[in-house]
Amino acid sequence: MALNNYCLVCGGTGCESSKSDDIYKKLKEHAEKAGISNQVQIVKTGCFGFCEKGPIVKILPDESFYVEVKPSDAEKIVSEHLVKGRPVKELLYKTADDIAAKSEADIKFYQKQVRIVLRNCGIIDPENVQEYIARDGYAALEKVLFEMTPEKVIDELKKSGLRGRGGAGFPTWLKWTNTRATPADQRYVICNADEGDPGAYMDRSTLEGDPHSVLEAMTIAGFAMGATKGFIYIRAEYPLAIHRLEVAMKQSREMGLLGKNILGSGVEFDIEIRLGAGAFVCGEETALMQSIEGKRGMPVPKPPFPSVSGLWGKPTSINNVETFANVPVIILKGGDWFASIGTATSKGTKVFALTGAINNSGLVEVPMGTTLREIVYDIGGGIKGGKAFKAVQSGGPSGGVLSTEFLDTPIDYESLTKLGSMMGSGGLIVMSEDDCIVDVVRFYLEFSVEESCGKCAPCRIGGRKLLNLVEKVTKGTATLADIDTMKQISFAMQRASLCMLGGTTPNPVLSTLKYFEKEYMAHIIDKKCPAGKCKDLVTYSIDKEKCIGCTVCARKCPQGCITGERKQPHEIDQSKCIKCGACFDACKFGAVLVS
Amino acid sequence: MTLQELRAMREAGKKAMDRRIIEDKTIEIVVGMGTCGIAAGAKETLDAFIEELASKDIKNAVIKQTGCMGFCHSEPTVAIHMNGMPDIIYGNVNAETARQIVHSHILEKRLVDKHVFDRPAKDIVKEN
Repeated sequence: MALNNYCLVCGGTGCESSKSDDIYKKLKEHAEKAGISNQVQIVKTGCFGFCEKGPIVKILPDESFYVEVKPSDAEKIVSEHLVKGRPVKELLYKTADDIAAKSEADIKFYQKQVRIVLRNCGIIDPENVQEYIARDGYAALEKVLFEMTPEKVIDELKKSGLRGRGGAGFPTWLKWTNTRATPADQRYVICNADEGDPGAYMDRSTLEGDPHSVLEAMTIAGFAMGATKGFIYIRAEYPLAIHRLEVAMKQSREMGLLGKNILGSGVEFDIEIRLGAGAFVCGEETALMQSIEGKRGMPVPKPPFPSVSGLWGKPTSINNVETFANVPVIILKGGDWFASIGTATSKGTKVFALTGAINNSGLVEVPMGTTLREIVYDIGGGIKGGKAFKAVQSGGPSGGVLSTEFLDTPIDYESLTKLGSMMGSGGLIVMSEDDCIVDVVRFYLEFSVEESCGKCAPCRIGGRKLLNLVEKVTKGTATLADIDTMKQISFAMQRASLCMLGGTTPNPVLSTLKYFEKEYMAHIIDKKCPAGKCKDLVTYSIDKEKCIGCTVCARKCPQGCITGERKQPHEIDQSKCIKCGACFDACKFGAVLVS
Repeated sequence: MTLQELRAMREAGKKAMDRRIIEDKTIEIVVGMGTCGIAAGAKETLDAFIEELASKDIKNAVIKQTGCMGFCHSEPTVAIHMNGMPDIIYGNVNAETARQIVHSHILEKRLVDKHVFDRPAKDIVKEN
């Protein structure tokens, strides 16, 4: 039998802590009493991502959206809404104008996310071109080929204010204009899908979920710049994305959406896939082009810029996956529409891969200018285990960290650069009080040193020296003079490196020295790691008062260095302890101390 | 393909998507099959749906794959569209939960508790 209503109670951590469980029980109780428990189903859901207004209750199918619900409200929701079909007005989310929004569709701020890039991700079958077409796929290409001139296409992009989503934020229209303006018999369009930042997977998900959007945009780019040939440079570690691209390209060719005489317009464009072997530096555009040409992937000095002399010396425009995915929507809905989203200098949306110590890790797409607080708390559902927020790392190994005081800073290209970080490709790694900043910096430096191509000295030698110094800090053997040396090396690397890989390697060091100097000092002066992550600075000991002698720790210790009689306080032999923390995790009485 | 053929295909596709009916199949099961979903076991989930639909002799359901829905914390994710039920996204759907969805959601028209998720954003193309 079909039910009349479905009542969804948010069971996210935020709402649970504000009594959603009580609400759930009360709703069930009252539904039972009212004799409608066979007409309504009350269920607990995952986080709605609107935690500041929790607990949240939503009624389907009419989509009434109740916020800040108290257990005492349950009776009213049942008797008014579920029995009589009248929404409880005072519980509905109120908009700024104090008008009760009826359903979630009316709530402007509930949906903090705006999906332009991810418009089809998780909705269409990526291997079915018909579904893409049904969702206005290739309508932009149609418009461009039959109603627009190349100049108009670029003009529309200029109006939109779209900037490169790979991280640096160069205006896309300018890249296209410069490439178009260079006289040549052949020009190239390249899609940079060499996503390599640890923790970033926006481009992979876009290609896996909506490959045709990138093919369509590249064809539009080819038309706008007078290029007939495109390359997608994608890392071989993304087999599913590659497979879906290959399927999509085959479909497009069969349907005449790629190749010669596209849709009978006389325009020619085709795409080839080039697989990268996974070197991080190949995400840098000049190194990427070397790699496509079959050479070792190493950067070359700029200028000449790729738009003048790029792939095989021909004018080339290199754009990121996410940049391309925006293009068809801009063409269809207009540059002015796109420019109405975002901040003064950064338009549109940005996709972030939200990971780390956060409850709702996932892909989020928000308008530029959204604050970190909104992303971390409203969408991300807050920090795991109710821990305190410490920092967010943005921009991968080239970025920096943003501390608590910047939670309310609107995120755009300029604000992040000003704070010593960068937009980067869009990885956001959330850190809690349990993470050690110096340890995190060591991780990123290790990555950058490993991935340095070794061509220029500042990056090759500077990076290694910097890593040695940071390791000294984590071991507690660094001095204050080492901090000055770190700053000097960073300064040289930023200015003298051949490409941005070396130029941005010091960013994690510099931004943490700026915002978390205290933590460095704790390691250097007090010889302590406040988060208890740096093994050399941590000592495990047993609190004789709390230890009941249950012997669990002694049995867990891989070194066998915990001794003690049953029911007597135990002891750790510090000379053998490898600081693995197994005893700390095993103790149920909080008797193992970390200091 | 000509311009006219493309337009005709788009119109036909739009109608099919609006009605959510594909060759008289009135139940649509959409499984998130990005790398994240597959790593979390979406293939087992998909197989469980196929087996369960067959064993219950449900013929009016179609199973589709899609990309990442964005709920990486609750993969595998599955969206169910069917007449007489609100559109629902389920998270943490292993093979066992998939069978529950077939029993409960599809046959009994009751939601599967603790697995319901909300779509994170209004979809922009459709909205306008």
